Amino acid sequence: MSEKLMFVQGNEACVQGALYAGVDFFAGYPITPSTEIAELLAAKLPEKGGKFIQMEDEIASMCAIIGASLTGHKVMTATSGPGFSLKQEAIGYACMAEIPCVIVDVQRGGPSTGNPTHVSQGDINQARWGTHGDHGIIALTASNHQDVFRITVDAFNLAETYRTPVVLLFDEVIGHMRERLVVPEPGALPIVDRLRTSVPKDVDYHPYLPREDGRLPMSDFGGHHRYNVTGLFHDMWGFPSNNPSVVQELLRHLVDKIDTNVDVITRYKEHYLDDAEYILVSYGSSARSAIHLAKNRRQKGERLGVLELQSIWPFPAELVRARCADAKAVVVVEMNMGQVLTQVKAAVDHPNRVFLANRIDGKLITPSDIKGLLRVIQGKGV
Amino acid sequence: MAIKDYLRERFFPHMWCPGCGHGTILNSLLRAIEDLGLSKSNIVMTSGIGCSARISGYVDFHSLHTLHGRALAFATGVKLSKPELTVIVPMGDGDALAIGGNHFIHAARRNIDITAIVMNNRIYGMTGGQFSPLSGPGKKATTAPYMTIDNEFDVVELAKAAGATFVARSTAYHCQEATGYLKQAILHKGFSVVEILSQCPTHYGRKNKEGDAAAMLEIQRDTTARIGSKALDENPGLIPRGIFVDIEKPEYCEEYGKIIERATKRKAS
Ligand code: SF4
Repeated sequence: MSEKLMFVQGNEACVQGALYAGVDFFAGYPITPSTEIAELLAAKLPEKGGKFIQMEDEIASMCAIIGASLTGHKVMTATSGPGFSLKQEAIGYACMAEIPCVIVDVQRGGPSTGNPTHVSQGDINQARWGTHGDHGIIALTASNHQDVFRITVDAFNLAETYRTPVVLLFDEVIGHMRERLVVPEPGALPIVDRLRTSVPKDVDYHPYLPREDGRLPMSDFGGHHRYNVTGLFHDMWGFPSNNPSVVQELLRHLVDKIDTNVDVITRYKEHYLDDAEYILVSYGSSARSAIHLAKNRRQKGERLGVLELQSIWPFPAELVRARCADAKAVVVVEMNMGQVLTQVKAAVDHPNRVFLANRIDGKLITPSDIKGLLRVIQGKGV
Repeated sequence: MAIKDYLRERFFPHMWCPGCGHGTILNSLLRAIEDLGLSKSNIVMTSGIGCSARISGYVDFHSLHTLHGRALAFATGVKLSKPELTVIVPMGDGDALAIGGNHFIHAARRNIDITAIVMNNRIYGMTGGQFSPLSGPGKKATTAPYMTIDNEFDVVELAKAAGATFVARSTAYHCQEATGYLKQAILHKGFSVVEILSQCPTHYGRKNKEGDAAAMLEIQRDTTARIGSKALDENPGLIPRGIFVDIEKPEYCEEYGKIIERATKRKAS
């Protein structure tokens, strides 16, 4: 088999990435603008012996993939704003019980039913703090279909590596736009499978006793190790415990296993960044406009660059600080009221040099929207 | 295998109150599994939240203690992804039919091969005695200081209407009868529902002046009758016990297996 050239929607690029990564179980519920992901997997999964199920609601879809992950499968669900809200309790369960799974959120305008057919990037903070209680989480994004494909493969790899839910934060423009995609040959990109225990039959297996490197080898339901999985705080057997030291130890582990690996998890791209005086920090479809503008301004000799984030959580604060250290001004380009802006301001040495170029009306932010703001910052007037 | 070989003794003592019906139901269930000679490693027990849901921690199967009301949704993922597993889902009445009502009717509609056990004590025990959708009108509960006005579901009628292909009812008092129904339910290919009336002496019994556990068990004996029995004929106000539905219909995972066959053929051609 060789590589395959396609002309597809972003939602299909995500599906191709998931298949490449080895997804074999999907549960979902129809919702705009993510529905194409469910439709495509309904056709493609049974072709390879995988399973697709349309559940009765968003909550059930999230629960079903967790159940299927425990039997040893690579699992995914896809949704948008209102559905992402409904899934939050079960996402917290997957954090607590450390079940690998991938959740795609193709963002649309919110809150509530909001603006179903129009673009937004309003779920950034929800991806971080949507479920209650402290926890670590990974959230990734991309601005073109080749990257959507690759980041989806990464999402599965990271979910299996860290035994955690991974959120793919795409948006309506990326999901529905058509673009070229080259699906690489099998084997061209690394695929990670979960670590499975080597503890033999009839020897005690401790499902929640981390190894020295913090990882917990799994055992598939149906195998010879029988153990308990719960959303309660639990000991190394997986049995409920409210012993203060057990509770503290587990919560620390859940946060630390993600946050201490921020450097390994971080994904980003630099565009014209080396000598940039002005830096645009952006992601998803907003980054397309930011990159377009930087390319144009460079031709006119202006030193404008783009730091494109492909992992939002854990937030790559050190990367942002280092790259923006010498900038005269940093403009965060996003389609919300400043959700990544808050993170960038907290990360950099000079938060007063950080500005927001945003759009919240359901329309894609354009290069000229950004250019207008940039001129004001540069003291050139509109 | 002895009954205690099905238990995780490490996790005892259990958290149920003295006289709670849930322990008796666990006993009925383990005897059913023992009689059927099922391998422990082939069973997944999935439960939600509540006193009843703690049952999954005590058994030496693969156990998945999930979220309030969602046990059947998790179980659906387990079963469809690995159909060779036997999946048993014990639930409380609030768990199964208030917060989990949607999952209950849809699991029944799909006729997926899962055994659902509704341990019905007509109350939220773990949170301290609030009325449930199975309490029915005229009951006392901490959230019904002036008596309940809510009508109750009939679990059997609901399961039938939703498409369950095996439906039975028994009580904690009739523990051997319950074992028999549970055996049939587990063997049944399709979605099976066994409602087992249970007692919560701590909250329901005390609030509604039904006496201690022994008195509540006598109520189970005296207010129920087997379908087809003379007692039920003469007194239709009694709660019927027995097997209400036992029919064959295409099972969900088997039907999905056919989809895989069709899809792989289409791909090959
Ligand atoms: S509160 Fe009621 S249901 Fe819960 S363990 Fe006690 S007796 Fe049983």
